[in-house]
Amino acid sequence: MNWGGWQAFWAMGGYGGYVWTAYGTVAAVVIIEALAVRARLARARRGAAHRRRRG
Amino acid sequence: MHATSPSPTGFRLFRYAAPAEFYRLAGRVVPLVALLAAALGVAGLYVGFFVAPTDAQQGEAYRIMFIHVPAAWMGMFIYVVMAFWAALGLVFNTRMSAIMASALAPTGALMSFLALWTGALWGRPAWGTYWDWDARMTSTLILLFLYMGFMALHSAIDDTRRADRAAGVLAIVGVVNVPIIYFSVQWWNSLHQGSSISLGKAPTIAAPMLAAMLIMALAFWAYCIAAALTRARAIVLERERSSEWVRTLFGAAS
Repeated sequence: MNWGGWQAFWAMGGYGGYVWTAYGTVAAVVIIEALAVRARLARARRGAAHRRRRG
Repeated sequence: MHATSPSPTGFRLFRYAAPAEFYRLAGRVVPLVALLAAALGVAGLYVGFFVAPTDAQQGEAYRIMFIHVPAAWMGMFIYVVMAFWAALGLVFNTRMSAIMASALAPTGALMSFLALWTGALWGRPAWGTYWDWDARMTSTLILLFLYMGFMALHSAIDDTRRADRAAGVLAIVGVVNVPIIYFSVQWWNSLHQGSSISLGKAPTIAAPMLAAMLIMALAFWAYCIAAALTRARAIVLERERSSEWVRTLFGAAS
């Protein structure tokens, strides 16, 4: 598919606002959830190690 | 206390039901599926934006389909899997079943939210409205509420075992909503368009469009597996903190 330049690509035939808001939200949700589950696992690991040291 | 461990002569199947075994195995699987999700995502976006042609009716706005349809599929599919684990947990009382159900709920909720959100952004240019109380959209909104109800109910009950049971019953009851979503475009006269692909019928969209949608669906699938398994590992550690295997695993490191 030839867009004939990046400007046309970002414009999405006049629907750029809808298309990029949709894609942007999906990207943001995926990145935030991925970071959140990793943080939760790290926290659980710290909790497990901490309990070991105390007890 | 904890459920009894499987006997040495027990089913091999239940070996993987043991949280210790799951924790190890999932730890190896997650990096692979995460990598797969990223690779498929890049490939799907490339085909979706640079190979798939402009739609004759909807112009470029239809490209929202490549994320909307996979998100909607995952929202429904994860719910069925979550209800399956919840049912297994209620019947067999296995420790991992309830953990899997709890691990899937937030990812499923996010997927159904994304289906609604991207659907609104597609609906505006395609139909002239962000939202309509038609059968498909309403039943998808109910799906999101069912996920939220599951999580809210689970966190409202302090005793984990009781929380698992109560939320599990809710998950099982709510599963009737999934076929309603799926068949809503056939059962009711809906603003939402019919399925672009369905079993036994030729797809109604161009091959590169279909390819982009399917690649993105696989990417979403792999992502959801990675996210849910990582969350499940965290829940395993949170719940099994005082068990022997966690102490051994983390005691050896310190």
